[in-house]
Amino acid sequence: MYLTIILTTPWEIFLILLPLFGGVLAFLIPKLNKTIGIVTLMLTLSFVVCIAVKLLNTGAYYHLIGGWNTPLGINLYIDGLSLVMLGLTALMGTGASIYAIKYFTQKQSLWFWPIWLFLTAGLNALFLSQDIFNFYVTLELIGLASAALTALSNTKEALIGAMRYLLVTLLGSLAYLLGVALLYHGFGSVDIAILSKKIESIPVTWAAMALMSAGLLLKSALFPLHFWLPPAHSSAPAPISAILSALIIKASIYIQLRLWISLFIPLNNFYFEILFALLGSLAILWGSIQALVQTRLKLLIAYSTVAQVGYIFIAFALALGGMSVAWSALVYLILSHALAKSAMFLVAGNLLHFHEHDRIIDLDRIAQRLPLSTTAFALAGVSIIGLPLSGGFIGKWFLLEASLSNNSWGITLVVLLGGLLAAGYIFKVLGFTFTKASLAQKTKEIPLSMELVPLFLAVMAILTGFFAAPLLSLIQIGNPFGTVGLSQ
Amino acid sequence: MSISTYIPLLVILSSFLPALIIFRLSEKQHFLRTLLNLSGICITLLLVIWMFIGVYYSQNYEIRFVLIQNLDISLRAGPFALFFTGLSSVLWFITTVYAIGYLEGSAHSSRFFGFFNLCITATIGIALSGNLITFLLFYEILTLSAYPLIIHRGTEESRLAGSIYLLYTLVGGTLLLLGTVWLYTLTGTLEFTPKGFVHTILQEHSSALVIIFILLIAGFGVKAALFPLHGWLPKAMIAPAPVSALLHAVAVVKAGAFGIVRVVYEVYGLETAAFLGLTTPLAVLASITIIYGSLRALFQDNLKRRLAFSTISQVSYIILGIAIVGPVATTGGIIHLVHQGVMKITLFFGAGNFAETLGVHHVSQMNGIAKRMPWTMVSFTIGALGMIGIPPIAGFITKWYLGLGALESGQEWVVLVLAGSSLLNAGYFLPILYRAWFLAPPESWPEEHSFSKGETKSSLLWPPLITAFFALSFGLFAASPWSPLAWAHLITQQEFF
Repeated sequence: MYLTIILTTPWEIFLILLPLFGGVLAFLIPKLNKTIGIVTLMLTLSFVVCIAVKLLNTGAYYHLIGGWNTPLGINLYIDGLSLVMLGLTALMGTGASIYAIKYFTQKQSLWFWPIWLFLTAGLNALFLSQDIFNFYVTLELIGLASAALTALSNTKEALIGAMRYLLVTLLGSLAYLLGVALLYHGFGSVDIAILSKKIESIPVTWAAMALMSAGLLLKSALFPLHFWLPPAHSSAPAPISAILSALIIKASIYIQLRLWISLFIPLNNFYFEILFALLGSLAILWGSIQALVQTRLKLLIAYSTVAQVGYIFIAFALALGGMSVAWSALVYLILSHALAKSAMFLVAGNLLHFHEHDRIIDLDRIAQRLPLSTTAFALAGVSIIGLPLSGGFIGKWFLLEASLSNNSWGITLVVLLGGLLAAGYIFKVLGFTFTKASLAQKTKEIPLSMELVPLFLAVMAILTGFFAAPLLSLIQIGNPFGTVGLSQ
Repeated sequence: MSISTYIPLLVILSSFLPALIIFRLSEKQHFLRTLLNLSGICITLLLVIWMFIGVYYSQNYEIRFVLIQNLDISLRAGPFALFFTGLSSVLWFITTVYAIGYLEGSAHSSRFFGFFNLCITATIGIALSGNLITFLLFYEILTLSAYPLIIHRGTEESRLAGSIYLLYTLVGGTLLLLGTVWLYTLTGTLEFTPKGFVHTILQEHSSALVIIFILLIAGFGVKAALFPLHGWLPKAMIAPAPVSALLHAVAVVKAGAFGIVRVVYEVYGLETAAFLGLTTPLAVLASITIIYGSLRALFQDNLKRRLAFSTISQVSYIILGIAIVGPVATTGGIIHLVHQGVMKITLFFGAGNFAETLGVHHVSQMNGIAKRMPWTMVSFTIGALGMIGIPPIAGFITKWYLGLGALESGQEWVVLVLAGSSLLNAGYFLPILYRAWFLAPPESWPEEHSFSKGETKSSLLWPPLITAFFALSFGLFAASPWSPLAWAHLITQQEFF
C-alpha cells in the first residue's frame, strides 16, 4: 500500500516546487522564516529518500512534466548519479540550515532564508534536468542566488569578493548560453537524449563545446580559472562558504559530467584527457601549496578546495580515457569533498566566532576548549587527506587504481604528493589547536548545534568510506556512465 | 555464522568503545574512567585467551566485510596474529595501571586515555588484519591516534616533535599506499596467504615486484625505525612516559616490524623474496640499524633518548631474524617481538619512575639512585642485562636463536653483528648500572616527591616489577610448553614453513 503511494507520487516535482514555495513563504512571513526553512529542507530530505525507494524499485526513470513528451515538454530524468547529488544537496543543506539558525543575526536571516531556499530549488532542478537549456536556467538562478548570499556578511572584503564572483558567474553562464544557442541552431533541440543521437563532430559542435566548457570550467574554478574562488569562499559567512564549496562548484562539474557522458562522446579524444589531467595536476599542486602558506584558516580551506577540484578533474580525465573505475573515483571525490569541506568551513565559522579572528597561529588551546569542533575538523581532514578509512580514501584508492592501471605515473605521483601536502596544511592547523597562543584573547560561547552540525558532516565523510559498496551500487542505477571512454 | 566469527570484531570493539566513551567524560570522573579502562582490558584479555585456546585446537576465527568490489575488510586470528594481540593486550593492561598512577591529577586525562585506547585498538587491529588493506587501515589509525599523545603537553617543543613524527609516518604511509594499490592492480588480491601470493606474476612483473617490495618495506620501516627512517623516534620521546613505554617501545615500532614480517612471509613468501634477491639487502639494512642505533645510544645523556636509540637497534633484531631466511632465525626474530617488548617496557617504566619520583631525566644524574629506589632499579637492571643478552634473561634466547639460525643458513657475518651489538649494548647499559648501584647518591635529587611507604607510588612500582619478572621467566622457562618461545615455534611451523 505505502509502497504504491511512494512509487506513484511525483516526488521529483515536489523537490523543485517545495523550496520555491518555501522561499516565497519565508520572504512573506519573516517571523517564521527559520521554521519554514528547516521544515522545507527536512521535507526535501525525506522526498529524496522516497525517490531512492522509487529508483530501487523501478530503475532510472523519466518524468514528463504535464504529460508532454519532448521536444514540446520538459523532461525530468532520475538515475543513480542524480539521486546521489540530490541526496547530497538535501543532507548538506539540512546541516547548513540547522547551523544557520544560530549563526545569522536577525537582519541577515531576513535575506538568507528566502535566497537559500530558491538556491535549493535551483540545485534540485539542475540535478533533475536532462536538457541543456534547463541547465542554463538553473545555473543562472544558482549563480545569482549564491552571489547574493556571499555578500551577506556585509564587510568590505565580502562585497568585493561577491562582486567579483557575480561577474565571473555571469560571464560563465553567458559563455555556456552561447554554446547552447549554437547547438540548438545546429541540431534543433536542447534535449540531451535527442541531441546525443544527432550530434556529429562538426565545427559548430566544437565551438559549442569550447564555449560551454570554458563557462563551466570557470564556474568550477579549475586552475587557472580559480582566481575568484578564494576571496569569495573565504569572505562569505560560514554556512554560505560551506554551501558554495560543497554544492555550487559541484553543480557546474555535474553539468560538465552529463555533457561528456552523453553529448560530447564523438568529440572525446586523447587531447582532452591530457588537458584535464594537466590542469587538474596543476590545481592540486598550486592549491595545496597556497593552502600551506596561508596564515588565515578560511583562506587555507578555500585554497584546499582549489586543490580538491583538481583531483576531481584528474579522475574525469582518466575516466574519459577509458578507466571506468575512475568514474567511481570521481563521484566519491565529489561526495566526500562536499561533506568534509563543508564541515571544515563550519568549524572555521565556529573558531571565527570563538576568537573573533581566524589566524591559525593564534588559535588558543582549541582542542581542550572546543573538542567537538576540533574533532570535526580532524575527521574532515582525514577525508580530505585521503587517509583510510574515509570517503576521501575510497576516492583516492580508485583514482590510484585507475592511474596505475593506465601507467600514468605523473598522475600517480601528483595524487600522492597532493595527499602529503594536504596532510601538511591540515596538521598545521591541528598542531596549533593544542598549543597556547602568545596573546591573551577574549572568547565567546558557541551554541551546541553549531558544534554538532560540522561533527555530523565530518562523520558522514568518514562513514561514506565504510559504506562504499552499497553507495556505489546505488550510483550505478541506470548505468549513468554507460560505456563512455570504453568505446575508444 | 557462529559466535566465534564475531570474536575478532569484539576484541577490537572492547578497546574502541571505551575509548569513545572516555573522550566524553569530564576530567573529574576519575572512577568511571578507570572502570571503563579496566573493564575494556579485562574483556579484551578474556577474548584473547579464548582465541588462544581455540587456535591451539585449530579453530578458525575470521570476519569479513565487503569494502568495495573484490576488496574486503578482514579480521582473522591465526597463531601469529594472536601472538602480537596477546603481547599488546597484556602490556596494555600493565601500562594502563602505570598510566593511571603516572597521570593522576594531571590535565586532560580523558583525552589522554581516549587516544591511548585508540592506539591499542589500532595495534590489535593491525595484529588481526587478514589482508593488506585492513592492515593499511589500522596502520594509519595508529599513526593518527598516536599524534595527540606526542603533543599531549601542548608545548611548542612537543608540537614540533609531533610535526616531525607526522612527516615521517605520513610519508611512510603514502609509500605503503602506493605499494598496496600497485600490488592490487597487478594481482587483484591483497589477502595474506601462507607462502605469499605474488609468485603468480613473478615472471611478468619481477621488476615491479622489487619496487613494490621496497615501497612496502620503506612504508613499514618508518614505524619500525629502520635506518635511515628512524629520525622521528628519539624526538617522540617528549611524550609522557607511559606513551613512550607502550607505544614507542612496543606497539608502534612493532607494528612496523610486524608489517615487514607479513610482507616477507605472507605477501611475497620467503622463497619469492629470496629469489628476487631481496632478503640479503634487508638483512644488511637491519644489521646497519642494529649497530647504528647502539652507537648513537652510547652518546645520549638523556635517559629516554638513550632508550629510544636502543629501541631502534633492538627492533631490527626482528627484521634481521626473518631476513636471514630459515626456521630457527625466524623463530628468533618472532620471539623478539615479545622479548624486546617486555624488556624495553620495563626500562621505560623505570625511566618514568625516576623522572616522576626524583625528577631525574639524565644518565649523569643517576648516581646512587639504587639506594633511593632499589626495586625500580632491580627491574631496570633485569631489563638492561636482558638487552645485553645475558642468560637466563629473555634477550639471551633471542640472540641464541638468531646466531644459530645465521650459522645454519651459512651467514656467519651475522654472528659478528650480534657480538658487536652485544658489546655496544653493554657499553651503554653497564655504565648506568654502575652509577646507580655503586656510586654515592647526591645530597638532594632534582625534584623529589616523598611517599609515606615505599620508594614511589605502588601503581608505578608494580608494573616494572611484573614486566621484569616476565623478562626473567620467559628466559628461564623458555623450554616449557607455555612459554612464548613454544608459541613462536608453533607459528613458524604452522604459518611460515
